[in-house]
Amino acid sequence: MAIIEARGLARTFKNRKAAVEAVRGVDLTVKPGEIVGFLGPNGAGKTTTLRMLTTLLRPTAGTATVAGCDLLRDPVGVRGRIGYVPQAIGATAGGTDPNCLVREELAIQGRLYRLPAAEVAERARALTEQLDLAGLEGRLCKTLSGGQRRRLDIALGLVHSPAVVFLDEPTTGLDPQARSNLWDHIRGLRERLGSTVFLTTHYLEEADALCDRVLVIDHGKIIAEGAPEELKRRISGDVVTLTVSRDPARALVILGSEPGVREITADGRAIRMTVEHGEEALPGMLRALDRDGIVMESIQLARPTLDDVFLTLTGRSLRDDSPSANGNGRRPGPDEAAGELADGEPPTADTTTGASQ
Amino acid sequence: MTATTSTAPDATSTGPRQYGTGASSFVSDTLLIFRRQLRLSLRNPAWVIIGLVQPILYLAFFGPLLAQIAKTGALGAHNQHDPWRFFVPGLLIQLGLFGAAFVGFTIIADWRAGVIERFRVTPVSRMALLAGRVLRDVLTLTVQATVLVVAGLAFGLRAPVVGVLIGMGLVAVVAVTLAAVSYAVGLTLKSEDALAPLLNMVMVPLMLLSGIMLPMTLGPSWLRDVAKATPFGYIINAMRDAFAGRYFTTVMAEGVAVSVGLAVVCLWLASRAFGRENA
Repeated sequence: MAIIEARGLARTFKNRKAAVEAVRGVDLTVKPGEIVGFLGPNGAGKTTTLRMLTTLLRPTAGTATVAGCDLLRDPVGVRGRIGYVPQAIGATAGGTDPNCLVREELAIQGRLYRLPAAEVAERARALTEQLDLAGLEGRLCKTLSGGQRRRLDIALGLVHSPAVVFLDEPTTGLDPQARSNLWDHIRGLRERLGSTVFLTTHYLEEADALCDRVLVIDHGKIIAEGAPEELKRRISGDVVTLTVSRDPARALVILGSEPGVREITADGRAIRMTVEHGEEALPGMLRALDRDGIVMESIQLARPTLDDVFLTLTGRSLRDDSPSANGNGRRPGPDEAAGELADGEPPTADTTTGASQ
Repeated sequence: MTATTSTAPDATSTGPRQYGTGASSFVSDTLLIFRRQLRLSLRNPAWVIIGLVQPILYLAFFGPLLAQIAKTGALGAHNQHDPWRFFVPGLLIQLGLFGAAFVGFTIIADWRAGVIERFRVTPVSRMALLAGRVLRDVLTLTVQATVLVVAGLAFGLRAPVVGVLIGMGLVAVVAVTLAAVSYAVGLTLKSEDALAPLLNMVMVPLMLLSGIMLPMTLGPSWLRDVAKATPFGYIINAMRDAFAGRYFTTVMAEGVAVSVGLAVVCLWLASRAFGRENA
């Protein structure tokens, strides 16, 4: 049984001038115990979808059940069974009052979930220990470091041992050390509590490091989904770079006819290819070169990053809004991106009109 | 869900806990929010104290002038020997107009900190988020009013205990009105830069037209007519009657009706603002 199931979830914001379709029909299914990442650039509709799933915003269309409760018919039931850790950067912060004590925040949170006082105290003790907050109970929230305060935000979302935890941009604004520390804690949520974790992020390495499955959202629609490894392989292939001893032109012909090779270029004696299932294709390639007496001097196999995936899907880099921000030199133009899409996800209208909004 | 089942690896176990939305959970939620807000006030009581300074200054530096005017009978024959019975009720309302009416700033700060949203994702009654805060503001204003009345006694106020208690009751009802409206407007605007000029624009004329400093009866008829269209004059006049020991007058009935009616309307408006999605 799915713990989150959404069908055709959509939200249109109306202002005086126009209606903005922030989310346009999202279908998603999350199984119990999964860590699912919602990946997309700013303004893609991540937070709007999350706010709908957490009852903060009513969908303009679609249905969903979250933790066994119907989102529209039983929002209070949903609220009781989920934990929510809001974004800490932007118009609003992560949810703690700067002038409250850590202890007070944990206590009132538990009481608002109608837990008995003794159980709140026990949960607060366990959470401060698990999230490295022990000893900080008597501190004002404003005196905590960024990482500590973020861990407190997470602790507040877990006081009632929810079946599902929603984390909106959990590590945005943290330094790399605090970030990887928080990742360990998020992984621990599943290991220790069996919680399902649904998080949004625009950090590729975060999705890569944490998530069993990634949903890529752009312009309010999910444009791809799968395990990070699977997404990378399916959409981009692996990047294989070979240096041959002689006759690169001949090598180019041989390798170009190997199955699974998609893009191939030569630069001096270095040959660069995008290959589906690169590690499986390599032995065959080496044998083919060997038959013609071409010796390989060096070899490099690089997995594509989720950034490559995003670039391939949308023609834009996730890291910046500028399409040329990708550092590793693989920059397919719009035509190329569309061509590669043909054997990945079906292209949506959004992917070819990236600049329309 | 008990502590023992919460550690079970079965992620789908959501526990049998029911999240009531009934009256008892509203009351307990309200008390939780009230205690939280009260603790915050006690942690930083500066604003409670600053709010008191202004009325005390008026008492000290304007009251003596009023005492001279009272001798002419301009404040009404029954106030000829005790201008404080006239002045203290007005200052009590002023305390509310420049205290409880400005609590909207705190809700914007809470919203910015993400506290409002964090609470809205819990099963807490959304009306309790409003009611708990308003209750704290009623208590704050009541404490401030008590200090002001005691200061008035030091200056020479003499009024019956019952009358003072009635006056305090009216102040408490006014606190409900002003705090509720202020929260509703703050939560709707979500901007200190918009709230500050709006409050000043509304509160200063309301104060001038309520006859806090001088009775509106001194004014020309057009000014009296404009003043009659604003609510606080009725409430202040009722408080003045109470301080003078006259409890069963038309003025008293009007004042009670206006204050309670206004509180009901404002609470209703504010509850809509708090109940609205995306608040």
